[in-house]
Amino acid sequence: MSDILTHLAGMGDKLSAHVLLAAAALALGIITALPLAVWASRSPPVSRIALGFASLVQTIPALALLALFFPVLLSLRSVFGEGLPTLGFLPALLALALYALLPILRNAVTAREHMAGGVLEAADGVGMTRWQKLRLVEAPLAAPYIMAGIRTAAVWTIGAATLSTTIGQPSLGDPIFAGLQTQNWALVLAGCIASAGLAMVADALLGAVERGFARRKRWLVWSGIALALAGVAAAGIAQRPTTGDTIVIGAKNFSEQYILARLIGQRLESAGYSVEYRDGLGSAVVHQALTSGGIDISVDYTGTLWTNQLGRSDNPGREAMYDELVRWERESTGTLVLGQLGFENAYALAMREDRAAALGIETLGDLARAAPRLTIGGDVEFFERPEWIAVRSAYGLDFDRQRNFTSTFLYDALTGGEADVISAYTSDGRVAADRLRIIEDTKGAFPSYDALVLISPDAAKDARLVAALEPLVGAISVEAMREANLSVDRLEDKRSPAQAARTLADKIGF
Amino acid sequence: MDQPASPTPTGPHLRFENVSRSFAGVVAVAATDCAIAQGSFVALVGASGSGKSTLLKMVNRLGDPDQGRVIFEGRDVRDAPPAALRRRLGYVFQGVGLFPHMTVAENIGIGPRLAGKRASAERIAELLELVELEPEYAVRMPHELSGGQRQRIGVARALAGNPHLLLMDEPFGALDPVTRDGLGKRVRLLHERLGLTTIMVTHDMAEALLLADRVLVMDGGRIVADEPPQALLAGAGGDIAQGLVAVPREQAAALARLDAAR
Repeated sequence: MSDILTHLAGMGDKLSAHVLLAAAALALGIITALPLAVWASRSPPVSRIALGFASLVQTIPALALLALFFPVLLSLRSVFGEGLPTLGFLPALLALALYALLPILRNAVTAREHMAGGVLEAADGVGMTRWQKLRLVEAPLAAPYIMAGIRTAAVWTIGAATLSTTIGQPSLGDPIFAGLQTQNWALVLAGCIASAGLAMVADALLGAVERGFARRKRWLVWSGIALALAGVAAAGIAQRPTTGDTIVIGAKNFSEQYILARLIGQRLESAGYSVEYRDGLGSAVVHQALTSGGIDISVDYTGTLWTNQLGRSDNPGREAMYDELVRWERESTGTLVLGQLGFENAYALAMREDRAAALGIETLGDLARAAPRLTIGGDVEFFERPEWIAVRSAYGLDFDRQRNFTSTFLYDALTGGEADVISAYTSDGRVAADRLRIIEDTKGAFPSYDALVLISPDAAKDARLVAALEPLVGAISVEAMREANLSVDRLEDKRSPAQAARTLADKIGF
Repeated sequence: MDQPASPTPTGPHLRFENVSRSFAGVVAVAATDCAIAQGSFVALVGASGSGKSTLLKMVNRLGDPDQGRVIFEGRDVRDAPPAALRRRLGYVFQGVGLFPHMTVAENIGIGPRLAGKRASAERIAELLELVELEPEYAVRMPHELSGGQRQRIGVARALAGNPHLLLMDEPFGALDPVTRDGLGKRVRLLHERLGLTTIMVTHDMAEALLLADRVLVMDGGRIVADEPPQALLAGAGGDIAQGLVAVPREQAAALARLDAAR
């Protein structure tokens, strides 16, 4: 309980970012939906098309809608220039505003459809122009219904805004996603409580406005609006404008990435930089974000870049792969590959030691023979990755079932018997702690996954920054990394990624 | 209140010239000519779908004719924007049509407000008095009033702009018989006192005979009879008009027999 309170107290920044994002999205939704509703009320085809579109948007999962804005904005750069942000606030704002559209639009159109015909004829009959009719009759009569739609939209937007973490926009989703990855349930709960509390407060204030419209009590309308705006203004003041020389460090959605981001951030802070983190980014998003300037520094892996960015499926060997990557990044994206951190986080297939022994499985070739009776579990992207496809065809792996788990639950799935084989990471501390056997890749079908520090083209021009990070090259052994990962992932005596990063720094002698 | 110089009917005030209108191929008003003198109280009577409301709405342009034109005070009603025209005309709606979110005073004062001249409290009180309501009603909301009170507010609203012409579209249709009778008489008195020209659409021949000084009977989009009440009662106007007159006459006769049999 006190854990949750501590987390809540430290969440001011995320809360204010969340408030500003949700408020901006709601405002954009309102100023789009209202003129559209007026137009729709005057033209049945417009009404059908607008409501159809808004309903269609609503059927897209919020997470996918947020992610889809990344390629959309990327393609729009040909129109608006390279300065167009593709991650962070802008795509989150656009996706959430689209999401807010439907309830507002639908309520406004429905209110207009159900307005008594006699009243509308009376408005014409007493000599109102179209504008007067809208302002004096249609708007005030529809206001309570529109307000109810805005209320619904506000609650949805505040909830869905937690997902904007995945596209690099700070929000109350940060603690939820980070907590989920590191099995820190107090952190998850604190994020949920803050988000739900915010939704309830917004709902209550907008509800007061709605009642004010319905009962024609102006003071209620204005006090509801004033309090809501005061909340947004307070969030705006609390959000310090980030200065231009803040270094943004990106991290993918697993513990090792959180820890390494903190390790890099702590070094930069002691060198005098101010640092921000974008945690929980998708694997493909991270590299795009880095090359487009959305983030300044990331940690990636040779095999991942090899297949995803270079589109290669061959395996020229560890050093050749690294050299080729450095050259490719320099020439095609301008990104600086600072160097290898010293350990590998390779994909591997793992089984419980006792189960592997019972089935007599040591190599992937052994596994291929037993596979038709076994279930394989992978993280959400594993079965789509070229590495898996390469390994599968190299050994002719054909499992009875394949199941997806978030990487947090992958090891639990194995120990709990939900899966017989899982996709594991060689630097994961749980491999040793859970007594797992890494099945040997005798054919070298999995490429190597040396951890690399990448620096964006802009940040690479800063010699002091590069110098501050250079000591990290070759400094982290796989044992040190496993220990740090385990300290965050284990269920008892958990460390936060920042604590684990400090311990790791001590261990490697900084 | 504007008082016309002469209370006696003079030359044509309103003229329909060969007006027609159809809805999706169905003729609502067919090539109709009609002149209405200033100061007259004209009732438009007919069954549902006879075209009486369609004809009335051509005057304030809630539905323009497909052909022909409507001349009011010497000018085609289409010469001015509809909103400006409507502010010069009084219009009482079928089913009242008060704005539910406005007070009685705001409803009555809406016409002057649209024209940019807010009605004073004295003016609202004066209009309320015309329809025999206390000034205290000004602050009430429409849902707090009875049906008869609401329609009286509707009449007061129609009169707020000092119109010369009052159009009423089945104004008393939704009221109980007692309220209906009282409000009909009140409107007739206002018509005389303010020197209005009044056109009232109704499906009730008894109401038309008792209130109007000229009854137009419509059927199938045409005016099939145009007679003063006395002439209709004397048998003029043709079969359709006589069919409509027969209903109240037979009711009156039946009531007289009941009375005699006491």
